[in-house]
Amino acid sequence: MKRVVITGLGVVAPNGVGVREFQDALRQGRSGLRFEQRLAELNFGCQVLGTPPSPENIGADVLTPQQWRATNSAMRFAAAAAVECWRDAGFEWHPGHDGPVDWHTAVYFGTGVGGVDSIAEKVGPLTLTGQTRRLGSSGAEQAMCSGVSALVGGILGAGGQVCTNSSACATGTEAIINGYRLIAHGYADRVLAGAAEGNQIYAAACFDAMKVTARGWNGSPERASRPLSATAAGFVPACGSGALLLESWESAEHRHAKVYAEITGASFVCGGQRAGGSMTASSPEGVRRCIAAAVRESGLHPDEIDYVNAHLTATGNDPREVANLRCALQLDGDRFPWINATKSMIGHALGASGAIECVATLLQMEGEFIHPSMNCEDLHPAVATVAVRIPQEYIAREVRTALKTSFGFGDVNACVIFSKPN
Amino acid sequence: MNNREEIRSQFLALLAPFVDRRADQPITESTSLLDDLNVNSARFVDIILEAEEKFNISIDDTAADRMRTVGDAIDVIMEKSEVQSRVQTAVRP
Repeated sequence: MKRVVITGLGVVAPNGVGVREFQDALRQGRSGLRFEQRLAELNFGCQVLGTPPSPENIGADVLTPQQWRATNSAMRFAAAAAVECWRDAGFEWHPGHDGPVDWHTAVYFGTGVGGVDSIAEKVGPLTLTGQTRRLGSSGAEQAMCSGVSALVGGILGAGGQVCTNSSACATGTEAIINGYRLIAHGYADRVLAGAAEGNQIYAAACFDAMKVTARGWNGSPERASRPLSATAAGFVPACGSGALLLESWESAEHRHAKVYAEITGASFVCGGQRAGGSMTASSPEGVRRCIAAAVRESGLHPDEIDYVNAHLTATGNDPREVANLRCALQLDGDRFPWINATKSMIGHALGASGAIECVATLLQMEGEFIHPSMNCEDLHPAVATVAVRIPQEYIAREVRTALKTSFGFGDVNACVIFSKPN
Repeated sequence: MNNREEIRSQFLALLAPFVDRRADQPITESTSLLDDLNVNSARFVDIILEAEEKFNISIDDTAADRMRTVGDAIDVIMEKSEVQSRVQTAVRP
């Protein structure tokens, strides 16, 4: 098995486009959540969204005019994060890049709902009014789930496996785990791994109908996403993209690349939708097994884990999630790792959430801080035993090992462990 | 209706995003859209749709197949514009 390190990062997040802006926002606890008048007009219960500033322009600086007109926002967000990540890792790149195929680089880029906006606003209406001809040439590539990875693969000239995965809200973390395993088993030297979720309202509509989104905070959008809070009442839908360049230790060393961290353990399992698990809920045993398996693979003792970037969405599941962590790690009180919820600032970017939050984890490790977990001043009583490990303020602290957890519909669980190399 | 020069200039502007940036030779009427300008053949249908919109014409499949060079394309656009113009004149009350 080859060792796998992270040598590049890219991000499009509601509170920061680009890794430096995002890192600043995390330090400052800056929210990216805003009231959306359109959702009010459309009778949404939750009228708050996490959308990056000027979303309509994101990706314009990395795509050719021809690519631009054939892409939807998920693809554009993916392209923006991937190119930033590739450059951050030290590779030359310019729009219209036409260098030789890189046979040793693969792309694992996921999405939850991909081009649902293209389907809802273009393919559907034109098809149902007898105007299929007016779809033009790019309907298929925008509607296909693999639109995000196909675009990224082409932009970079990747000649390894180029693939889109989709596992609901575990998608982004799963992409990173799959990329890690691809390199570990010797199938690629580098994997551009991540996920994107476009600027669309249809996924939000489905969750609004389920009444799992945050209602009652439309007048104070920055307070709407409240993971770990006693007044948490649902999540805030968001969009964006996160990208990591995963690289074999040898390749990174050969290039003298900057190394953010090493992936030392990972696990992706399903709870089987039994014993409390279902299409929409996680089985506690599945979650615990996933966490324990990742820790076991890392060779770390649980109390060596400094920090957990938790899934924590601000639904009723947060206390169960903390209970599962306490049980899997067999730690509590001040022995429990530091834990925060990046979603408290950016909302829940669904399929992209794991990727964006892995970027957040690595930026905290790089910057030696733990960001405040916002909007949980009224901590849920069920998480009281670990209250001392939930930062209400920015904490300057070295993070040598971090656990990232993501859970999704279908009872799927993804955990990855990042360690600073010795 | 537009003269040939004007149509040529408008067509080339419409074509610009589809042209591979490496193609730097001067564009003449005999320049091939696919071979010389490296227009992706899958995108050709988009050029037809944009031309229809810009010149307010309909380009059927047979006419589209004739649009191999810049000159061919201008011929088709002029021909269809004249047809369109006659139709409009005929239906004018």
